[in-house]
Amino acid sequence: MAGSRRSDDVQIAGNAVGSIAAQAEATRVTPLVPSRRSRGLWSDAWRRLRKNKLAVAGLIIIGLLALIAIFAPLLAPYNFRDVVHSGHTNAGPGEAGLLGADNLGRDILSRLLYGARISLSVGLVVQVVVVGIGIPLGAIAGYFGGWVDSLISRLIDIMYAFPTLLLIVLLSSALRESPIKQLLGGLFIIFIAIGLSSWVGDARLMRGQIISLKSREYVEAARSIGATSGRILWKHLIPNALGPILVSVTFGVPGAIFAEAALSYLGIGVIPPTPSWGAMINEGYPAIFYSPTQVLLPGLAIAITMLSFTFLGDGLRDALDPRGKRGV
Amino acid sequence: MYRYVVRRILQMIPTLLGVAVITFVVMKATPGGPFDDASLGKRVSPEVVARLDAKYGFNDPLPVQFVRYVGHALRGDFGVSVSLQQGTSVSSIIKQGFGKTVTLGLLALVVIIAFAIPLGVIAALRQNRLADYISLIFATTGASVPNFVLAIILVIVFSVKLHWIPTQGWGTPKQAILPVITLAFTPMAFLTRITRSSMLDAINQEYVQTARAKGLQEGAVVTRHMLRNALIPVATIAGPLTAGLLVGSFIIENVFSIPGVGRLYVEAIQQRDYPVIMATTLLYALILILANLTVDLLYSVIDPRVRYS
Repeated sequence: MAGSRRSDDVQIAGNAVGSIAAQAEATRVTPLVPSRRSRGLWSDAWRRLRKNKLAVAGLIIIGLLALIAIFAPLLAPYNFRDVVHSGHTNAGPGEAGLLGADNLGRDILSRLLYGARISLSVGLVVQVVVVGIGIPLGAIAGYFGGWVDSLISRLIDIMYAFPTLLLIVLLSSALRESPIKQLLGGLFIIFIAIGLSSWVGDARLMRGQIISLKSREYVEAARSIGATSGRILWKHLIPNALGPILVSVTFGVPGAIFAEAALSYLGIGVIPPTPSWGAMINEGYPAIFYSPTQVLLPGLAIAITMLSFTFLGDGLRDALDPRGKRGV
Repeated sequence: MYRYVVRRILQMIPTLLGVAVITFVVMKATPGGPFDDASLGKRVSPEVVARLDAKYGFNDPLPVQFVRYVGHALRGDFGVSVSLQQGTSVSSIIKQGFGKTVTLGLLALVVIIAFAIPLGVIAALRQNRLADYISLIFATTGASVPNFVLAIILVIVFSVKLHWIPTQGWGTPKQAILPVITLAFTPMAFLTRITRSSMLDAINQEYVQTARAKGLQEGAVVTRHMLRNALIPVATIAGPLTAGLLVGSFIIENVFSIPGVGRLYVEAIQQRDYPVIMATTLLYALILILANLTVDLLYSVIDPRVRYS
């Protein structure tokens, strides 16, 4: 984190209990080398996160999924779009390829591996969009107050009253007929539709954080030495508000993965032959009575991915808020 | 308090108007129209399309259409369906679907409350023991297994393998079992976690010790002192929970082919049935707004420490 040293110091002060405990522990482990390096919120949080077994497990699985996504062309025996088991449509595991074939005779293992690309990119890119809209809006509303706040808060109210999934369906069906529909196999419109619909929680969170932080002494100090509003926001307020945002973003990832899978499952998401796990369930569903593995496997993949991010989010929340309840 | 409620209710007006504007703009920006071949499911000559467009006023400038819509809606007239069930009033179409959505939602709510609260209480009273771990596993899987994936697993087990329950449809009690379970699953896990953590908070309070010290039976301590306070956060999420069940059922309705409002919404979007899209969105938004308002008001009713001005 590129926070200034001053704000790091304040973070330690605000976090005294965890920090002292961590330092005491550091002294116990390495008694001969007194640590002089200032230890900020983030390294403290990392220390606590590493002790959380479930969070570490989540992190490892996410790492593996990322490797699968990156190296899918090397790992997959076939291309996701090729009909390689033409005589064996809806074949079970072992009958054609390692995990069977889908309704068109495409290799299920290959499609599953490529599917990691879809889910992970949806999870991450949507959060980039969400953060890109939510953080500036929330920060500006919270910091400047007055009519700016009223205006942004009204927008937030409206978006908050809008059922998210319905807005996603509405936006994606509008974009599906537009020239950008073919970009990234229909993924691009998914990014936009989910991103535009999901930023309101982070904007609310950021606004609340900034309002509670802006009356702190260090902000007054920064202002008294002539720091501009932009600098105060960027260097002092936003870095200090990032903890809860990070937690919310981590929980947002499985939310976005769910939304994409649900849309594709309903047939209004990615465009075939894009191997989204949700789309695979949709395509395999008619054959559920005699070939259930082709819907079970992608379902399992979605669940494992969402579970990993949930574990990581739980761990991050506990790690960043040491005074909060553990194991809840 | 009174002024606060009035202010919140007045704030609903611009919010609903905003939702209506966004829906209207996105809907009209979507290429295609309600009288395309794809929407009506039959070939229609261009002259007929032109006549239909003129009949429903779809040729007027968009602001004129919007103002006219709002004017009619304020008088309770939400227009007629233009492509789904041409000519039928939107109110009656929604009334039909809403009954099913509400039934599904209320059944799920009953299941959630019947299981989540006892499970959370037991988990808290038996902290770090078997019952606690079971509830924890349940709560985590509930949070990460998407409801439509659970639906598929249940369909495979109970319909495909055991042939106990039909895969889809709505009307018989048997057909309701799987949709209710899948809809209830995620919120149930969430409520279990909340009940457990607020019970844990209550267990360590001094008034609980006092209650024990004055010789109350353990059962009375748990129900009258712990549970009563522990249920404050639980009660406050009841509003959004119910709203979430009504709004969230749209995926379940599509999975199990239940003709509720959620399924209606998706069909209306696919067939560009503008009046139906507008009315369903506004209905859902109204439910969400009222749910959020209920939470804020419930806080002050249940917990006398909270006051609004």
